[in-house]
Amino acid sequence: MTPDEEGIGTGPLNDGPAFPEMIDPGPIDPAAPLEPLPGHSSSGRLERILRAGEFAVTAELSPPDSADPVDVFERAAIFDGWVDAINATDGSGANCHMSSVGVCALLTRVGYAPVMQISGRDRNRIAIQGDVLGASAMGVANILCLTGDGVQCGDHPEAKPVFDMDCMATLETIRAMRDESRFASGRKLDKAPDIFIGAAANPFAPPYDFRPLRLAKKIAAGAQFVQTQYCYDIDLLKNYMARVRDLGLHEKCFILVGVGPLASAKAARWIRSNVPGVHIPDAIVARLEGAQKQKEEGKRLCVDLIQEIREIEGVSGIHLMAYRQEESVAEIISESGVLRDRKPHSVNPVIPQYMQQRFRVPS
Amino acid sequence: MRLYDLFQSTIVALEPVVRRIGYDRLERPVAAVEHAIKGAMFDCQMCGQCALSSTGMSCPMNCPKNLRNGPCGGVRADGHCEVKPEMPCVWVKAWAGAQAMMSENILDVQLPVDNRLKGQSSWLRIIREVRAGTLPRPASSARKAA
Repeated sequence: MTPDEEGIGTGPLNDGPAFPEMIDPGPIDPAAPLEPLPGHSSSGRLERILRAGEFAVTAELSPPDSADPVDVFERAAIFDGWVDAINATDGSGANCHMSSVGVCALLTRVGYAPVMQISGRDRNRIAIQGDVLGASAMGVANILCLTGDGVQCGDHPEAKPVFDMDCMATLETIRAMRDESRFASGRKLDKAPDIFIGAAANPFAPPYDFRPLRLAKKIAAGAQFVQTQYCYDIDLLKNYMARVRDLGLHEKCFILVGVGPLASAKAARWIRSNVPGVHIPDAIVARLEGAQKQKEEGKRLCVDLIQEIREIEGVSGIHLMAYRQEESVAEIISESGVLRDRKPHSVNPVIPQYMQQRFRVPS
Repeated sequence: MRLYDLFQSTIVALEPVVRRIGYDRLERPVAAVEHAIKGAMFDCQMCGQCALSSTGMSCPMNCPKNLRNGPCGGVRADGHCEVKPEMPCVWVKAWAGAQAMMSENILDVQLPVDNRLKGQSSWLRIIREVRAGTLPRPASSARKAA
């Protein structure tokens, strides 16, 4: 799809703002919402791609430990033109980084399509609902609701865990904000947020036979798409998806399977014993161990997994989490051929002038 | 499951008695008895809005993340908790319990916890709200899908 076909530049903001002296988006406002489509919850690109039946690709941006916006723009530029949406994580692994709200504010400002992650670990229902309104006002079209990792696994284990709402309650709350134009308290909103609502799923942790039903609950609570934990076990995924199809869940929710390159056998062992919820079978570790160039083999493995995942009925896309290997995302997507001849929208961001000296477009 | 239903209908039938004595006067003694019984049997944390009948009789407030709708993605391969490795996951037990009870309540989406009710008697609340028809019901459920 070209930007023109997507309706860029024809959004309401360009049709004559109520206060032209206050809103000056220039010739093209990169953050202008797309033309609303019937049956769509959001004006975002990700929902369009999925509803059009395309195989979607999303990637995770690792938020900087920095107050410099350039750090965010540089990280996003790596994915530009390769992905349909960029996830902004919310203190993933309970480590402190730039907030997902902050990252999304920067991304939407130059026209990227972010998936804003909201974890229930650090904020209560008052803060979360405020962030949803703020995010929507900034042009965030996709929000992913998570419970969040426990504080014990991050860099501030002494912090107070909030967990006021679990992911299910967050889904219901955001859906009510969108569909019933109200807060959880019942108080009315003046303008409801147009959000495509997502959730996480982990088919690779016990109790395995409850996992598809938990997805069914998330869908009942409002999830329209899910992104899964890293998949390194195709058989487990196939079993899960078979049950998902039996329940008809793949017809109610877009399922994007999480993938990512492993840097080495040592990294794989470290991840599986230190990162909650990541299951890496011994055969995968052995394959990396047996390779001459383990990093290359890790990428090859990721490409192989993507190609197998793509063939599974009911899978709508992949979610690439290439932690500390973001530079390999384009290569992996290209090698895997999942985009066929489709070219995701390129933002080619206009970086504000005062930042340009510091901005380096990655090679 | 049937046992729990029987228990609930029994306590609800006591409503006229409870009303005559007075909810406020009964609150403290009933909460103490409830805590003693459910504490011993289910390690109840007295959230004041008991979900045990929907969680296979495994108290979700013992989950370090207070999850009331199922296991998080961090459950270890041995079925233990991500946060407390020595503890079996509350929701692995809940799922086993729900299957033993042959209960579909586990598929209902539980409402977020009302933090004002912590420490109060859930039994008295059920008696009052069932009679008044104000017991909050789940907004959504996966029963239809399953």
